[in-house]
Amino acid sequence: MDMKARLGITAAVLMAVGASMHAQNAPAAKPAAQAAAPAGKVENGGVLYKKVGCYQCHSNQAQGGLSGPRIGPNLVPYARFSQYTRHPAGEMPPYTTKVLSDQDLADIYAWVNARPKPPAVDTLPQLAR
Amino acid sequence: MARSFERRTFLKTGALAGAALVGTPAVAAAQTVAPQAAAPTAPAPPPLTHAVESAPPADVQVLGDDERAGSDYMIDVFKSLGFEYFFANPGSSFRGLHESLINYGGNRSPELITCCHEESSVAMAHGYFKVDGKPGAIMAHGTVGLQHASMAIYNAWCDRVPVYVILGNHADAAIRRGAEWYHGVQDAAAMVRDYTKWDDFPWSLTHFAESAVRAYQVAMTPPMAPVVLVLDGGLQEHPISKDERLPVPRLTMPAPPAGERGAVEEAAKMLIAAENPVFVVDRLARTPNGMMLLVELAELLQASVIDQGSRMNFPSRHPLNQTQRARAAVVDADLIVGLESADFWGTINAVRDQLHRSTRRIAQPDARLITITTGDLYIRANYQDFRRLQDVDLAIAADAEATLPALIDAVRRLTTGDRRRVFEERGARLAQASRAAAEANRVAATYAWDASPVSVARLCAEVWAQIRNDDWSLVSSYYSNDQTNWPRRLWNFDKPHQWLGHAGGGGIGYGAPASVGAALANRKHGRMSVAIQTDGDMMYAPGVLWTAAHHRIPLLSVMNNNRQYHQEAMHVQKMCNARNRGIDRGEVGSRLSEPNIDYARLAQSMGIYAEGPITNANDLAPALSRAIAVVKKGEPALVDVVTQVR
Repeated sequence: MDMKARLGITAAVLMAVGASMHAQNAPAAKPAAQAAAPAGKVENGGVLYKKVGCYQCHSNQAQGGLSGPRIGPNLVPYARFSQYTRHPAGEMPPYTTKVLSDQDLADIYAWVNARPKPPAVDTLPQLAR
Repeated sequence: MARSFERRTFLKTGALAGAALVGTPAVAAAQTVAPQAAAPTAPAPPPLTHAVESAPPADVQVLGDDERAGSDYMIDVFKSLGFEYFFANPGSSFRGLHESLINYGGNRSPELITCCHEESSVAMAHGYFKVDGKPGAIMAHGTVGLQHASMAIYNAWCDRVPVYVILGNHADAAIRRGAEWYHGVQDAAAMVRDYTKWDDFPWSLTHFAESAVRAYQVAMTPPMAPVVLVLDGGLQEHPISKDERLPVPRLTMPAPPAGERGAVEEAAKMLIAAENPVFVVDRLARTPNGMMLLVELAELLQASVIDQGSRMNFPSRHPLNQTQRARAAVVDADLIVGLESADFWGTINAVRDQLHRSTRRIAQPDARLITITTGDLYIRANYQDFRRLQDVDLAIAADAEATLPALIDAVRRLTTGDRRRVFEERGARLAQASRAAAEANRVAATYAWDASPVSVARLCAEVWAQIRNDDWSLVSSYYSNDQTNWPRRLWNFDKPHQWLGHAGGGGIGYGAPASVGAALANRKHGRMSVAIQTDGDMMYAPGVLWTAAHHRIPLLSVMNNNRQYHQEAMHVQKMCNARNRGIDRGEVGSRLSEPNIDYARLAQSMGIYAEGPITNANDLAPALSRAIAVVKKGEPALVDVVTQVR
């Protein structure tokens, strides 16, 4: 347990660092890139998002957690989303086509982009400065 | 000489009589009153009772009016050391000390805190120290108790926290009761010697007194760490004359080691000359003054501070606090100063955890490096918490907090007017970066605001909204080894008792008992103690909830109940992906569901006010409000919140 915990601490710190870098570097979504995304089934994407473990790092609504950045809604174009998922540069584990098909990935992308927009921060008294 | 003979006689016979008393108390008591009163017509006693009744009375059965127990003197010594509490699960190998504590010592300073597991005893003492700055003492059997306690001792050692471990043992095999063979050991402390700083097994009361005081000094002198004192059962239980004058040694704490003057001057010159100096601090603030000193130094230089969080080192909303953009601050730095940094190499470099691991330096190649740490004064071999060796330009083997006054003085003395103007411009840039990071955190918390399960950001925002005007203390947050956790991102930490760091060794099961121990220390100050309590951690030793209820320790525990050992699930997911043969079973073995655990009912069963499970985020605020009202009346309360992963 201690060894695992130690590895976990290291991984969590590095994942968070990588996540922060990723979030800072991620370009804003562009309409052209959105249009280039293959058609995806939102409902199936939600099932897959949970089933294949995306939520473990990116949290249940793709909003990001300690170990992975926010990935939706409308944050990265599909080309980048796909490229990074297949060949991640940081701490994210790779998802190959052998275990996650292109259609599955498109479904997940559709679900991620369908996440509701958050309320304006200044309307939430719990987040008052 | 005559006295020694009497003691040996007592040890040979008194302990055996004690065994009979424990085994058959009613019969033994009757024998004491009228051993020859059995009527000829009475029913024949069972064989064991008959044997006991046939034995002659023990030579010594009760203390004489002119005597007291050896453990009474032990209590005198422990009282002189200022212990406020002894944490213990009861055990016969320290029954003499236990009795002296509650009768002779009056169960006050130290007061006995009843624990349901020795791991809880140690973790409670660990959390107590984080608030009070004094070591908590624990009592345990030298064998089975220490075996239970060992992981928590390891956590404390990795965290460089002093815990005063008192073990009971019966060394003399000639007079052991049956159970004492299982609880007897030649070298009790051997099991934890790799991760304690010092231990002893005193052979006399004079030896005990000196070792008890020495143990306190050793534990509390930086680098601090747990110590072990093994107390023989005979030494505890044998009588001594009230006339026997046994002195109580005076405790004189050594001054902690400060940095050598020339090295400190050199560090000051490097800091003044640097364009982007960064302080990376971890276990710096061993007293409340540590944070004040770091604020003074950082403001003198208008330098960045990254608080790695093993202690409350720096106010979270201070404009120079760059913790929320730590990576960028390290990358930009031309001078990085580690102050009691437990993993300085890991600050300068990164390990990429993929199928083939790799490392790379993230700091600038020509960035200059300084360390001030007691880590250079103390290292052990077997357990490798010392991390990789980072080559540096200047290493000062000293306690960083004790060194800061001289460093501040040198910086103040050597800074020129030109450099002050540079510092002011730098401070303005850092303040802007800090504000931007804080604003980004507020916006990030709005995502999944109304989701179910409840987002961890929402949970932490709701708690903060209700405690922000109180004198609060976050006594545990399991993800506290990550400085990007939600309380650190959203709450305003500006007092030393508001942040208590983490477990140290990453051993799960620390959070719940450490919270109760810290809340106990906060109680006398009337503070609102709050724990963001993870479910996996709670399940290690939930009996600590009973301890909180029994001793009326006010503590708000808010369950961060994601129904899994989530970090381990992430590890397994990573392996699944790397091996490319199935990615949808990563949770197997890490889930804590089917059935779901009802933490509210668990807490209620031990006498604690509790609500939940809460799955609708909008139900959280009123539940917290009700629970906080209970805590403000001086009782513990728990709110179970079903949350997202983290």
